[in-house]
Amino acid sequence: MAAVTYAEAKPTAPAFAEPARRMTLNGWAVVVIFLPPALLLFTVFVFLPIVEAGWYSFFNWNGYGPPEKFIGLKNYGYLFSNPTFIRSLVNNGLIIVFSLLVQLPLALAVAVMVAGRIVGAVWFRMIFFLPYVLAPVAAGLIWHFMFDGDYGVVGAVTTALGAPPYFLLADKTWAFSAVLIVVLWKYFGFHMMLYVAGLQGIDGALLEAAEMDGASAWQRFWHITLPLLGPMIRLSVFFSIIGALQVFDIIVPLTGGGPFETTNTMVSFLYFFGLTRMRIGFSSAVGVVLFIICVTFAFGYQRIVMRDD
Amino acid sequence: MTEAADVIRSPGRRAGGLASIVAFAALVVLAGAVLFPVFATALNGFKDLSEFRTNPFGLPHVWQWSNYWDILTGYRYWQVLGNSLLIAFFTVTLTLVLSAMAAFTFAHLRFFGDRFLMSYIQLGLLFPLATAIVPIFIRIRGLGLLDSHWGVILPQVAFSLAMGVLLIRNAFKQLPSELLDAAMMDGCGYFRYFLFITLPLSGPILATVAVISFVESWNGYLLPLIVLNSESRYPWTLGLMAYQGQYMTSWQLVLAFITLTILPAILMFLMAQRWIVAGLTAGAVKS
Repeated sequence: MAAVTYAEAKPTAPAFAEPARRMTLNGWAVVVIFLPPALLLFTVFVFLPIVEAGWYSFFNWNGYGPPEKFIGLKNYGYLFSNPTFIRSLVNNGLIIVFSLLVQLPLALAVAVMVAGRIVGAVWFRMIFFLPYVLAPVAAGLIWHFMFDGDYGVVGAVTTALGAPPYFLLADKTWAFSAVLIVVLWKYFGFHMMLYVAGLQGIDGALLEAAEMDGASAWQRFWHITLPLLGPMIRLSVFFSIIGALQVFDIIVPLTGGGPFETTNTMVSFLYFFGLTRMRIGFSSAVGVVLFIICVTFAFGYQRIVMRDD
Repeated sequence: MTEAADVIRSPGRRAGGLASIVAFAALVVLAGAVLFPVFATALNGFKDLSEFRTNPFGLPHVWQWSNYWDILTGYRYWQVLGNSLLIAFFTVTLTLVLSAMAAFTFAHLRFFGDRFLMSYIQLGLLFPLATAIVPIFIRIRGLGLLDSHWGVILPQVAFSLAMGVLLIRNAFKQLPSELLDAAMMDGCGYFRYFLFITLPLSGPILATVAVISFVESWNGYLLPLIVLNSESRYPWTLGLMAYQGQYMTSWQLVLAFITLTILPAILMFLMAQRWIVAGLTAGAVKS
């Protein structure tokens, strides 16, 4: 129903700038045969679900029978008075802040080093990119072992120092830093690769000219490379924020949201506190909040930050 | 990303000796830190539990090949890999076919509502699958697809369409329009033009879309987690977690299992490195 109103509200725009080709019978056949499969699948599994999430979120519903107990905005009320959910929101925010302040600058620094002629540049790029192709679940589990107080690296370090075993993943003050480390390990190579692509698109003549005019390496980087890299940086900021909002797979094997529910993200909260308990209305509300954050961010960012790119 | 390009564009080189030695050393340390967890995982999979406790860093004193061998000769490992491959194969194929067909229509045909439909599908770029996971679960259950591979494949394809249609349509539009004019003049219809001219000329973009949707599907966790119940249908990501749950006290076995399950991805990456890197980054940049 929402689809129809949207369609009616938005009249079709004038034709594309491209020269119009007269529509033939053959052309209509293409439209009728080629378009419906994609549209159908998209509508059934992407568009309708997001509309339904909005609808279900107004109900107290365990998923069996039709949703009947209409409770208005109460699910949202429960949500925002739930300390674990607030903590999840904060955690998503922490990932964003950490990505912007640590991950992206590191990726940029590494990119500058491996975009050039340095020995083994291709190998370094490949090594740094490798974690990006590994499944987040596997990454989480590998690092669960690394952080293990009895066995992993942390265990080995404390043993070597003769200190009592330390369980980072059970430390409710610091456990979330483990998540941040895994995020850094897994994703910085992707951003590095974006920057490398950007750096290789920069005209070397510009830098040479500046060098001849006596600009120092730092001046050249700050006044030429960085501004020219702007579009790529804005893009990578976009991906790291959108990515940070949906972190889930890493959390499950790494901490399971613990200790004391301090390491959940919005999606893991949705899963552990909504879906596994069949609180369909409540977890739909989490989905809607996430949806609103994502869409607002994506629209706002593209309108404001990336409007010139 | 070729070597030749590297040589030409090397911003701020010539600083020469010391600086590049420092940079190289920093890169070596960083590369070591990145690779260490992977190697530690693979090596510790060769130890027995008692050695694992006392010597978590070094090479195994006694190589327990049986840790790996038992997994490789067991049924479970091959079953989860097979399931993942099956799911990824259908996800990629359907994504390519449906995206290319829709993209072709959007690239070449003007009709009432074409722009609206294009932006409608682009909505999929704005939010991740997780936002709609609850209603997707209800829908899959309603369709009777719970605990079936189709229940995983169809939503995955649906969520890849926005990216696929956008990338492929842009590539189709870049083909010279004289080609289409000439083909039409010779009485070649749209369908034959699509099959015999557009598709063969669009290999790189189809490969890009294939790489992106394959990696997404192969590494996917949340969707199979809510759709599948029977272990016999698990993809490797779920199989890994189930294995870990079962052998929680024997880390060395879990590590061997992790190593073997990430091995296909690592091998594929090493063999098709350029395609994969180009696909994943170019795809991101263009969409």
